[in-house]
Amino acid sequence: MSAAATVLDVRGLRKYFPIRSGLFRRNTITVRAVDDVSFSIARGETLSLVGESGCGKTTTSRCILRAIAPTGGEIIFHAASGEDIDVARLDRKSLRPLRRQMQMIFQDPFSSLNPRMTIAEIIGEPLLVNGMSDSAARNARVAELLELVHLPSAYLNRFPHAFSGGQRQRIGIARALALNPALIVADEPVSALDVSVQAQIVNLLLELQDRLGLSYLFVAHDLSVVKHVSHRVAVMYAGRIVETAPTEALFTTPRHPYTEALLSAVPVPDPRRRAQRIVLEGDVADPFSPPTGCHFHPRCRYATEQCRVETPALTEIAPGHAVRCLRARELSLSGVAAPG
Amino acid sequence: MAEPILSVRDLKTYFVGDEGTVRAVDGTSFDLFPGETLGIVGESGCGKSVTARSILRIVERPGRIVSGEILLRKSDGSVVDLVKLPSDGAQMRAIRGGEIGLVFQEPMSSLSAFHTIGNQLVEAIRLHAPLSKRAARARAIELLAMVGIPRPAQRVDAYSFELSGGLRQRVMIALALAAEPRILIADEPTTALDVTTQAQILELIRRLQQERGLAVILITHDMGVIAEMTDHVVVMYLGHEVETGPVDAIFHAPAHPYTRSLLRSIPSVLAAPRSRLATIAGSIPHPFARPSGCPFHPRCPDYMRGPCDQTFPEEVAIGESHAAACHLYTGAHAAAPA
Repeated sequence: MSAAATVLDVRGLRKYFPIRSGLFRRNTITVRAVDDVSFSIARGETLSLVGESGCGKTTTSRCILRAIAPTGGEIIFHAASGEDIDVARLDRKSLRPLRRQMQMIFQDPFSSLNPRMTIAEIIGEPLLVNGMSDSAARNARVAELLELVHLPSAYLNRFPHAFSGGQRQRIGIARALALNPALIVADEPVSALDVSVQAQIVNLLLELQDRLGLSYLFVAHDLSVVKHVSHRVAVMYAGRIVETAPTEALFTTPRHPYTEALLSAVPVPDPRRRAQRIVLEGDVADPFSPPTGCHFHPRCRYATEQCRVETPALTEIAPGHAVRCLRARELSLSGVAAPG
Repeated sequence: MAEPILSVRDLKTYFVGDEGTVRAVDGTSFDLFPGETLGIVGESGCGKSVTARSILRIVERPGRIVSGEILLRKSDGSVVDLVKLPSDGAQMRAIRGGEIGLVFQEPMSSLSAFHTIGNQLVEAIRLHAPLSKRAARARAIELLAMVGIPRPAQRVDAYSFELSGGLRQRVMIALALAAEPRILIADEPTTALDVTTQAQILELIRRLQQERGLAVILITHDMGVIAEMTDHVVVMYLGHEVETGPVDAIFHAPAHPYTRSLLRSIPSVLAAPRSRLATIAGSIPHPFARPSGCPFHPRCPDYMRGPCDQTFPEEVAIGESHAAACHLYTGAHAAAPA
């Protein structure tokens, strides 16, 4: 993929957290929250990071936004100016201009908006902070942003408490769009919303992407929502990407046993399709003491002796489809049935 | 068909406050049969959890059951109206946990962090059965094994914070079943869990139900869980039961426009990638600003001026134990579009 077509390249990203314990906190264990994660996102593309709690998907997104500093690896942001910036190595001051180009949408629309600011102030704040001091110009831009997220401009002077969860999420999206970012990191943006409202926000995200050519890094646990928003999906387990593929391929022809089990566990809204589920034994791997070899082997129904000792590498087995499994080529796994 | 083990008749639970009255549950009726799983589904504010709390008589102030009946058929065959019992009386306390077990959404906050899970189980067991501490502890280990907790004899001395979310939810289920109730109410039992853990817990509930002939009321917002688990479904919206029917009819012949819209708007792993979702216009109204007439009319694709915004639709039978509360079926407006 040429650099111009790519907005973000993440290579070998690692984030380790030292945990001190014991007498005088002398013992240190290292938790490898993110361990050798690599992916790239094209302009106008949505990549979803999926996985269960503790898999490292949120830590990955926080490293990319530099909310936390990564332990190692590269996060190359290809700016519109043609410049390549390694986000992982920037100091605080140089991060600021970059943050205009990378914005975030939060999960909880109730705690992410300041209750004492009006909608105009909330959406206008990033403009003000970045030097748009002319209030008339700022108000015009705010009105434009409200229109973009389909909120009436009459709402400008109201406070967040007057809005429903869905409307607050629209306000959060408008704020994220204020500075014309190229990349939006959305961490579980619809999981706190009711079904009927969730659909509206999913559609809005798709529409904005088409209109503005945005790229999304979509962090989610709900595979159904992921199916509706993504071009490509990366599945994480215990700090590592175990499979990445174009959306349709990942859902219909998964090649990693964990992806297969994850898909099988999703309840399908049709009582005539009560299928035999693959029910995984045990719990998600403990990041404090991950299993040896392949992290998934203790729960994997296809695991062999070799899986216990050898750590598989993420290997491309079809165009754009990579898997971290020693047996990827020999296994025949089932995905979700095609629509029909 | 057998006699229902639990019948809820026109239940109304209101919260009266200074700012106004929230009619959290406003006329819900359903029957629960032995061995059956009844699903109650709806979005936030629909009254599904308050319905469960009303049955157990644990509605928090200022909430209060204002009318209706909750008829429980006890194991000796007698029928008692729970609404008429004092909520903290001996009889109600014996029913809570004894006849009806409850599993909440959040296993972290429903278990004590100061007592071992064994002690909590022993307490629950001895509350309803005259067992010695030693016998109750043996029973506790049995219960932990029954809900699939590995190494139950060791885990019985663990504290809840030492367990993962999935194991904690298993402990909650063991606790709910400690006194061998005949009814289990599970309020969003898997909402806080990961999807593979959710599959484990749903499987467990299904197995226990089959083994013990439990009647289960499963409360959830997730249509997938409803489709997977239930026999009969009650769909609620803003305190009202808008549709009720066998699970197959609800998913394959939904009658109420709300049920239909809700089903169309659910994202699915079977959908084409990046396909737009059907949406329901607007959002759920604030409980103080409940619309007149049918509560769904401002968002309804089949809205008819006149009946819908003026009169509340009575529930009309559509088919075999399938009914909907919608003016499309109330007859007086037969000229209405389908």
